[in-house]
Amino acid sequence: MASGQERILRRRIRSIDATKKITRAMELIAASRIVRAQARVRAARPYSDKVTAVIANLASAGGEADHPLLREPAEVTKVAYVAIAADRGLCGGYNNNVLRATERAIAADAAEGRDYELVLSGRKALGYFRFRNYRIAAGFEGFSDQPSYADAQQVAAAATELFENGCQRVMLAYTQFHSMGNQSVAIVPFMPLEVGEFDDADGAEDSGGGPEGGYEFEPEPAVILERLLPRYAEARLYSALLEASASEHAARQRAMKAATDNAEELKINLTRIMNRARQDAITTEIMEIVGGAEALAQTGGEVDLLSDTIEARTADLFRARE
Amino acid sequence: MQVELVSPEAVLFSGECSQVVTRTVDGDIAFLDHHAAFIGALDIGQTQLWASDGIVTLALNRGFVEVSNNVVTILSDAAYAADEIDVAAAQADLEAAQAAVAADADDDEAKAAVAWAETRIAVASAA
Repeated sequence: MASGQERILRRRIRSIDATKKITRAMELIAASRIVRAQARVRAARPYSDKVTAVIANLASAGGEADHPLLREPAEVTKVAYVAIAADRGLCGGYNNNVLRATERAIAADAAEGRDYELVLSGRKALGYFRFRNYRIAAGFEGFSDQPSYADAQQVAAAATELFENGCQRVMLAYTQFHSMGNQSVAIVPFMPLEVGEFDDADGAEDSGGGPEGGYEFEPEPAVILERLLPRYAEARLYSALLEASASEHAARQRAMKAATDNAEELKINLTRIMNRARQDAITTEIMEIVGGAEALAQTGGEVDLLSDTIEARTADLFRARE
Repeated sequence: MQVELVSPEAVLFSGECSQVVTRTVDGDIAFLDHHAAFIGALDIGQTQLWASDGIVTLALNRGFVEVSNNVVTILSDAAYAADEIDVAAAQADLEAAQAAVAADADDDEAKAAVAWAETRIAVASAA
């Protein structure tokens, strides 16, 4: 009876141990991927910085084109959301946080009479909104681990199309990566692009002795700007994808660390229960044998034979313990 | 002068060059030391960098160039050196694009694809 319980406990401990090994491996993998994702975030920075600086120079040179991507709407009746989540789960609240925030923003818009469109990145995002019967304009999956620039171009193209066809605003919902231990969900305006923000970025560049307004352009600034703005949108989306990916790995690492710690704790507790169960079984059995021997001794029977049996049984029991 | 070739995913080249030749949408242009400040949109074509260890020839699929303070920055989504080009793939792209142009002479995208494939093949065969 009691040994049956012991066996069940031992099986559970073994299964927890196996799970622990898996979560530990996932934790280590996620940790190494964060480092790589961070490197990619850094590698993407020169391009977007440079594009921003060039746009600022063009804008200050009077290249303020009436580009569709810059047009500030008179009235907003429809907002497109680009929500970036992961392809896989097992990363704590990462997916849910960003998707819930997006859903709340849509609800807030609906309260003000604005319609929505959705561009989703990540299998979990698609599943979430599909299950809740939202209208999904475009969905992308398969690259949340390691987004490439081509992936960003696809998503940006979908967002641009919505912006040019009925949506007056495009918002970007993703998880910003501040540091290993600090990430936060952000919903930031994406389109229309604001040239004002380029001027800020350019402040340092101009004072750095650059030939202010002294650039030669080929072709005219407006034409260059027109080509450059879509690139800028792509670069911004790309950096959002990369940050989201780094955040995903960080969230997964934390979740898997917690799972590993829990497994360890569970293992310790179960081992303690198992030891107690075994000790109980041993005690009961010895008591039974001693009780039996006592009964026989009173009748004046063969005590020697009995004490031999007791020794043999206890030896058995202690062997079983090893 | 300092030359930086930057793609969205990485800095592909960074170093000292004596001359840079590239092609804007208005035609070829060369930069020497202390060129005047310049911003241009690049067309599909070859770009050559006279680096200290020899001339580097690259196939560029559009992009932008900015010159200021003796620093030339080239921004491009796609820039390949000769040894990075898959000639067979470029050849296949070329044939597909030529077929598309033959079917529709106004297909600008296909024409760009022809130019891009030809540029890649030219860069790869020159090396």
